[in-house]
Amino acid sequence: MSKDLESKLPANPEHGEPKPGYLPVADIPHKPRVTDTDPKAARRAERQVASMFLLSMLLVVLFVVAYVTIDVSTVVYVPVLGEVGASNLVLGLTFGGAIFFIGAGAIQWSKKLMPDVEVVQQRHDMESDKGSTKEAAANYERGKEESGFARYPIIRRTLLGALALFPIPLVVMLRDLWQTPPGENPVEILSTTSWRDGERIVPDTGHSTGENVKGIRPEEIPVGGLVSALPMSIKELKEDPVANMRDRGKSAIILVRMDPDEIRAQQGEGWDYQGILAYSKICTHVGCPIALYEHRTHHLLCPCHQSTFDLADEGNVVFGPAARRMPQLPIRVDEEGFLVARSDFQEPVGPSFWERG
Amino acid sequence: MSTTNPAANPVEKAGGATATFVDQRLGSNKFLARNLSKVFPEHWSFMLGEIALYSFIVVLLTGTYLTLFFKPSMAEVVYEGSYIPLNGIYMSEAYASTLNISFDIRGGLLIRQMHHWAALIFVAAVAVHMFRVFFTGAFRKPREFNWIVGVALTTLALAAGFTGYSLPDDLLSGTGLQIIRGILQSIPLVGTWLAFFVFGGEYPGGDIISRLYSAHILLVPGLILALITVHLIMVWTQKHTQFPGPGRTNDNVVGYPLLPIYMAKAGGFFFVVFGIVALLSGLVNINPVWIFGPYTPDQVTAGTQPDWYIGWLDGALRLMPNWETVVAGFTISWNVFIPSVVIPGILFTGLALYPFLEAWATGDKREHNLLDRPRNAPVRTGIGVMAIVFYGILWLGGGNDLVATTFNLSINSISWTLRVLLIVAPPLAFIITKRICLSLQRRDREKLLHGYESGRILRLPHGEFVEVHQPLNEKELAVIGSKPDTPVLPAPQKTDIDGVRNPRYRLDSIRHTLSGFFYGDNIPRPSAEEIEAGQHHAEEQGAIEAPLHEYEERDVIFNAHGGVLHHPGMPKTNAEQVAEQESRS
Amino acid sequence: MKFLANRRRRPWVAVALLAMALLVVGGGYAAVSSTAPAEAAMGSQTQVEEGKRLFLEGCSSCHGIDAQGSANGPSLIGVGAASVHFQVATGRMPMAAPGAQAPSKNVIYTDEEIAAMSAWVASLAPGPAIPSAEQLDFADADIAEGGVLFRINCAQCHQAAGGGGALTQGKYAPSLMNATPQEIYEAMLTGPQNMPVFSDATLPVEEKQQILAYIDSLQNAPSPGGMSLGRLGPVVEGLFMWTAVFAALIAAAVWIGIKAR
Repeated sequence: MSKDLESKLPANPEHGEPKPGYLPVADIPHKPRVTDTDPKAARRAERQVASMFLLSMLLVVLFVVAYVTIDVSTVVYVPVLGEVGASNLVLGLTFGGAIFFIGAGAIQWSKKLMPDVEVVQQRHDMESDKGSTKEAAANYERGKEESGFARYPIIRRTLLGALALFPIPLVVMLRDLWQTPPGENPVEILSTTSWRDGERIVPDTGHSTGENVKGIRPEEIPVGGLVSALPMSIKELKEDPVANMRDRGKSAIILVRMDPDEIRAQQGEGWDYQGILAYSKICTHVGCPIALYEHRTHHLLCPCHQSTFDLADEGNVVFGPAARRMPQLPIRVDEEGFLVARSDFQEPVGPSFWERG
Repeated sequence: MSTTNPAANPVEKAGGATATFVDQRLGSNKFLARNLSKVFPEHWSFMLGEIALYSFIVVLLTGTYLTLFFKPSMAEVVYEGSYIPLNGIYMSEAYASTLNISFDIRGGLLIRQMHHWAALIFVAAVAVHMFRVFFTGAFRKPREFNWIVGVALTTLALAAGFTGYSLPDDLLSGTGLQIIRGILQSIPLVGTWLAFFVFGGEYPGGDIISRLYSAHILLVPGLILALITVHLIMVWTQKHTQFPGPGRTNDNVVGYPLLPIYMAKAGGFFFVVFGIVALLSGLVNINPVWIFGPYTPDQVTAGTQPDWYIGWLDGALRLMPNWETVVAGFTISWNVFIPSVVIPGILFTGLALYPFLEAWATGDKREHNLLDRPRNAPVRTGIGVMAIVFYGILWLGGGNDLVATTFNLSINSISWTLRVLLIVAPPLAFIITKRICLSLQRRDREKLLHGYESGRILRLPHGEFVEVHQPLNEKELAVIGSKPDTPVLPAPQKTDIDGVRNPRYRLDSIRHTLSGFFYGDNIPRPSAEEIEAGQHHAEEQGAIEAPLHEYEERDVIFNAHGGVLHHPGMPKTNAEQVAEQESRS
Repeated sequence: MKFLANRRRRPWVAVALLAMALLVVGGGYAAVSSTAPAEAAMGSQTQVEEGKRLFLEGCSSCHGIDAQGSANGPSLIGVGAASVHFQVATGRMPMAAPGAQAPSKNVIYTDEEIAAMSAWVASLAPGPAIPSAEQLDFADADIAEGGVLFRINCAQCHQAAGGGGALTQGKYAPSLMNATPQEIYEAMLTGPQNMPVFSDATLPVEEKQQILAYIDSLQNAPSPGGMSLGRLGPVVEGLFMWTAVFAALIAAAVWIGIKAR
């Protein structure tokens, strides 16, 4: 064993005073490393570690330069990565590299230069010694006796009662997580939408619903067509975003058109208009919007969990985890020739709930 | 830490003075005396928990930075930043501030991506760490509490991830929130009201993003930090377990001291993990929310999936058959309630209780500080593999539409196949794993009794051919020989000698059956004498070979008649001779 | 004769006979069928007649002699020139093999031939016409509005980044990353296979142009955060993390633990 290594190891107690911080070496064979025996290799390792730390510092400087000089919208082409943002790339590489090399340097230092002799420490049973256990038990007994917990049953019971009850206000104050408007109850809210008799159907063009849009005429929808639609009375997004979003989540419908001969069954007599059918756009499984319409098979597919509905057959489920058919909206045409609803949906739209019935 | 050494340099003097200053107020030197040389065992699989810890720290640091710029508000604003395809569009402030971070703040996208990548890595590391602990039996006494804390941390990690990726309020994560609303509604009795309370009214309302925000930056990380602290304190005081090996017993720890080795390795690993996350975030894009657009409750994209760690729940929702019953005017949606509430509930409860179940079933009350080799606990390993297979099938189900488009298959046939596999594959995996473990145990027994087969055939002087068996070296003996004794609990008596009925008969017979199930098939360990005899026999065989090795190692080899068969410089092998000939020609 | 008869039981005889039979049949067929290109007497044939000839040759077996449809292919009466151009110019038609859907593949007709067939089908009954250069000009269209329309009408099948998505029974909505503006316009107009029909009444020209502009921006979009992984969502990101990234982390952990040389 080299002089260097010996000085690094904790001293064997058989050979005089153990060094401070002494830990016995494990009784297993140990092979010295190149850096233990060859001083040139040790110096090379030292240079390796130092240069990693140096590289890290350099990368920090590069990071600051890149942050200041590279515009955040610059795009650069890099092989394999493609067209990427230059700022993100360079900042990531410099920042990441700087941090990485600190770690790599520290690890290389521990592997090559710090002693790698395995040492031993004894475990102790987790269970406390008998003396402590006895003392703990005795202290407990004394404390219990002095408190009188056992002697005053009325105090004990009323204390437990008070402790049991005090969290209740905390729970009760959660009631106003939903400040229920007077007269409203969730079952009613979930069971109705904003569709009424005569409510005009307007196509969804994003945020500008209702502006300059009068409605949809039947002749505008070709056979095989699909139109995402909303009630005309929906509030504007910029005026009342909560109401707008709420209606989209409940009253959104799709209009599909098929050859009237291809309609095998509907949810109500004459609910279509010359082959145009209106169905809810909210899946009855867990509520994803559903608009994957395959116009030749008349199947409507939900992308979330693959529930499939046959719109030519009452919107019945033909595959997937949805248990209920897609609700159909009865439609007709008003005096001006636009498509309107005949009434609200005749069953709740969207996912099921306990009180649905 | 005292400064009595006259040769100490100024830095050490200052350090010593500080230590004394602190010690006079906190008594810290006692702690340092006991712990600076604390020994930790070395194995790469012990670093998995560290990966989890360090990636969580990265998540915390980057998350704090993001809170300075993110606005958790559902108020609608018009976007006027530098991302052109969304210019002039109405969106929530949450989404707009996310776009701002990604496109207009230097380094913002880097930090956002680091946050998301580190979160994915965090949950993955937690899962792999948990499986390492499970398969090596590190959850056994005295570490059951730590296991439960770990299961709680796993659940919180999932909650942190889910609340986090829903914050930007984009179309993809918003669809996930819509699904949560449907799941809440499916809960019998309270579901409808619960959904309205969580969302502050009718879906989507204007509160959910800010509520998720407070959960994501305050409640969940607070709980995680507290539990991580408890978790690490227990690891510290109970000392880390170790793999069996030479010099390692159930009552010691063999490894390296905290100062300097583990400070360097663990500290270094923190920087390595941090650095890898940062490098990754500079190189690979994650969660491009600008592509999905702002959330609207009536729009959806194909390929709607949650982040990977929630994918198994999505898969469960996809594979569940469409059962729903209506009883007396009330609807029970089994198709939603079972996969999203019941199955994870059972899995996590089973997970948390497992150490106690196994201890009760096997009657094992000993303290275990040496890790089990998975093969020595075939039923535990089988259960673990079964859980992984079950999880994996659900996970695959969650991505079934991407599998369909990538491999040109029909999603309908994929769903049906996975439904069948979900029932059939886990028990099959259990049986196969158990059989593999038992045959590995048999091979271990063979090795202990006969040494291991070297593949060399030796012809003995009297003509017999034998295969040379080599004795195991010290490390192998320690590892293979570490197999614990696993006795089966005895069958209980219905009555004792005096005819008094055994009140715990039923419970004890269940226990007896279970322990038979757990360890009944285990291959018994050979006794110490048998092992000694076996290794000795192998050594003797090896000794017969000794002259042969001597012969091979000689420089000059003579044949029986004194001619030289080989001397240094002569090409030895045919291949070399051929190569020499070729190089000559 | 004896030469052959003596060797009739040798193993190579079967192979030789088979090869000879194939040569005879193949050569005979080649001699009989005409591989010479159609007489390029275009001057004397109108485009419509040429289209009809090409149709009878390559399409009528599935679509019927008069394009009235059959068990193997739908009627083409009223589908318009746009449908024909879309299907044939993307190589979807002629369909190579029956299957859930016709994939886009090699185009086997020249532009003139496609124009001829389109003209003939258009002559059968009124239908969507091939979009004009004006209709396809999206240079002034608002990309952001296009994005809104894309997410309402297209993203649910084609995915928010245009990467494509699965439909039922093995059908799929293809990726839009390599689609030309004309293809996209014609597809919207004609509703090929199971894609819904977005006529110019449902989705006016201006809106279609906005969608074209948005898809163009998707096709040319850089990936600001680094390599894009296909923009297909969390599944691919999770897979990448589990493979490449975790491998790197485990490699680092193993490196830390390995004894130095």
